[in-house]
Amino acid sequence: MMKKIQQNLFNTWYNSLLTLISLWLIYWISFSLISWGFTQAEWGVLQANLRLFFLGRYPVDLLWRPWTILGIIMGLGTLSWRLRKGKILIWFLGFLVISWLLTGGLFLETVKLDDLGGLVLTLLTALVSIVLSFPFGVLLALGRQSNLPVIRWLSIGYIELIRGLPLIGILFMAQVMVPLVLPPDIRPDRVVRAICGLTMFSAAYLAENVRGGLQSIPKGQTEAAKALGLSTPLVLALIILPQALKAVIPTIVGQFISLFKDTSLLAIVGLVELLGISQSILANPKFLGRYGEVYLFIALIYWIFCYSMSLGSKKFEQQL
Amino acid sequence: MKKEKIPFWRDGKVIAIAGQVLVVLMLLIILGVLGNNLIRNYQQLNIKFGFEFLSRPASFDIGNAPISFSSHDSFMKALLVGLLNTGRVTIFGIILATGLGITVGIARLADNWLVRFLATIYVETFRNTPLLLQLFCWYFAFFLQLPPIENPVVIPGPIFLTNRGLDIPWPAGTTQTWLGLAWVVLSVIFAIILWGRRMKVIVEKSESGQLFQGIIIILSLTTIIALVFGLDWRVPQLKEEVIQGGINLSTEFATLLVGLTVYTAAFIAEVVRAGIQSVNKGQWEAGRALGLNYSNLMQLIIFPQALRMMIPPLTSEFLNLTKNSSLAIATGYSDVYAVSQTTLTQTGKDIEMVLLVMTTYLTINMVTSFAMNWLNRSVQIKE
Repeated sequence: MMKKIQQNLFNTWYNSLLTLISLWLIYWISFSLISWGFTQAEWGVLQANLRLFFLGRYPVDLLWRPWTILGIIMGLGTLSWRLRKGKILIWFLGFLVISWLLTGGLFLETVKLDDLGGLVLTLLTALVSIVLSFPFGVLLALGRQSNLPVIRWLSIGYIELIRGLPLIGILFMAQVMVPLVLPPDIRPDRVVRAICGLTMFSAAYLAENVRGGLQSIPKGQTEAAKALGLSTPLVLALIILPQALKAVIPTIVGQFISLFKDTSLLAIVGLVELLGISQSILANPKFLGRYGEVYLFIALIYWIFCYSMSLGSKKFEQQL
Repeated sequence: MKKEKIPFWRDGKVIAIAGQVLVVLMLLIILGVLGNNLIRNYQQLNIKFGFEFLSRPASFDIGNAPISFSSHDSFMKALLVGLLNTGRVTIFGIILATGLGITVGIARLADNWLVRFLATIYVETFRNTPLLLQLFCWYFAFFLQLPPIENPVVIPGPIFLTNRGLDIPWPAGTTQTWLGLAWVVLSVIFAIILWGRRMKVIVEKSESGQLFQGIIIILSLTTIIALVFGLDWRVPQLKEEVIQGGINLSTEFATLLVGLTVYTAAFIAEVVRAGIQSVNKGQWEAGRALGLNYSNLMQLIIFPQALRMMIPPLTSEFLNLTKNSSLAIATGYSDVYAVSQTTLTQTGKDIEMVLLVMTTYLTINMVTSFAMNWLNRSVQIKE
């Protein structure tokens, strides 16, 4: 044991120096964090606002609905652990039920979308945007690979335009422009407009990811399929896309992670997702100056989600 | 026998053309409907389209302006100031993030597991939390919580940390500075050339190259001396509760710079690590079998191959940093996006500003990717 430590950490003089510096850094960071956490921090702000952080201004008497949703998600999780087939179908049905429970309509009291907030809104916008952007992304990727010049150039134009712009600009554009280009009597919710912007944004990035998958399929696959007498749409649907999409699942998960982080930008355009609700809690004079506590807490939430998703996708990659 | 003609609805060429025409038609219809709505909405709100407002006086002030700007100057000049601010934070951010990222990326592959552990913690923490949250953290929980100017935190350098930003040493800009700078640049270029010669001599003539090494050591010593003493540094000093000398980076600029650097460096570290790991294990073994020592192995075999893998993802990280600098609006730093937002709220010119901002960012992106593509071509294998 001692020998191992000596070999690994103190074999040369510069390595010993590095070890000492690292030890000092670790000591300094952990000591200052712990002493701050136990002496200066007041964690009451989290306890008092726990519901706001997770649900935003969701009506209090309808709280049973989020709880049911949590149960459904856990149930679906264990179910898909056991099931071999039909995972996608179950999750799709689950998604429908969840969104029905969350927003109401059909025998249930409706909750306005703008009343949602906190973590629920973050998850909802990220999930809905990635699901909606999926078909667009695949179509754009196919368009970019197409032999038809008009379609190819249109796809390239869209993808490069969106990828060249900062997300905050696109989100702002969605908030301002969407109402302007719709008929005067249609005024969508802020949340809907935000999802619109996120979908436009994420479709372009998804298209590039899917294109990577399409390029990884050997040409022989297309030729073999054509030789079997399949038409072009059938070749794509039955041979190319299933292989290409399977190959890019890890990158799509990676993109979902970054979209999940990017939803925090909605705080700037005035939505109360996880970061936005923290800003409005911090603006409350009762919790003045409790920045460290609140930011640490929501950073932890973001971190747990992102890190577990990236771990999951690594595991999945090894299984492939 | 008469050759059977293919009916036109099964002819590939006809279908291709018809398909494209159909797509264009659909697009035109959609754009037409949306545009029509736009015009109707504009008429209803009684707004007119046009860029003539750009020459009107801006009537707002800009903090952190690199060139003199007052509220009597035009919107055009305000946007230019914003653009310069964006450029400033982007260029320094790219330089700092690349340096930090390469360090952390190499640390992630270190033999020393404590160093590796620290680097992993760094990367996983900053990659898995949103940038905007990190910026808020730096701004509200760090820079604004610093002590007031009467008792600043001093880091050896000296760098003064106060709630009014960072005060760092800065060259005075006299003749001596420029002479010193010229000397530094020249000797760096000269040293790089000599280094290449040295490697060539070692590889092709299997000489020791000690002469070159000696010259390079002398050159680097003089360069260090020139850097420390020759640039005519102005060091910040606390005099009568005012910090004099050096240069003050405002809290907003410092927040954005530190936030962008720390965040992007975590991604660059992963690029560097992946680049070095992508070099085939056989290359390391073959290099060792040829009797190369570690530094020569790295310089001659591993690094040139790793660099080829690293440049394209590095480009996209640089572009991301540029785009992310638009989050300046969250900390109150006046970059081009923030200025355009102020302009928009003052004039109500939605579409014009959206168009302007779009063109600006697309231009910046194009310039960066052209530069990086040029670099990429110059390091790829010539065939």
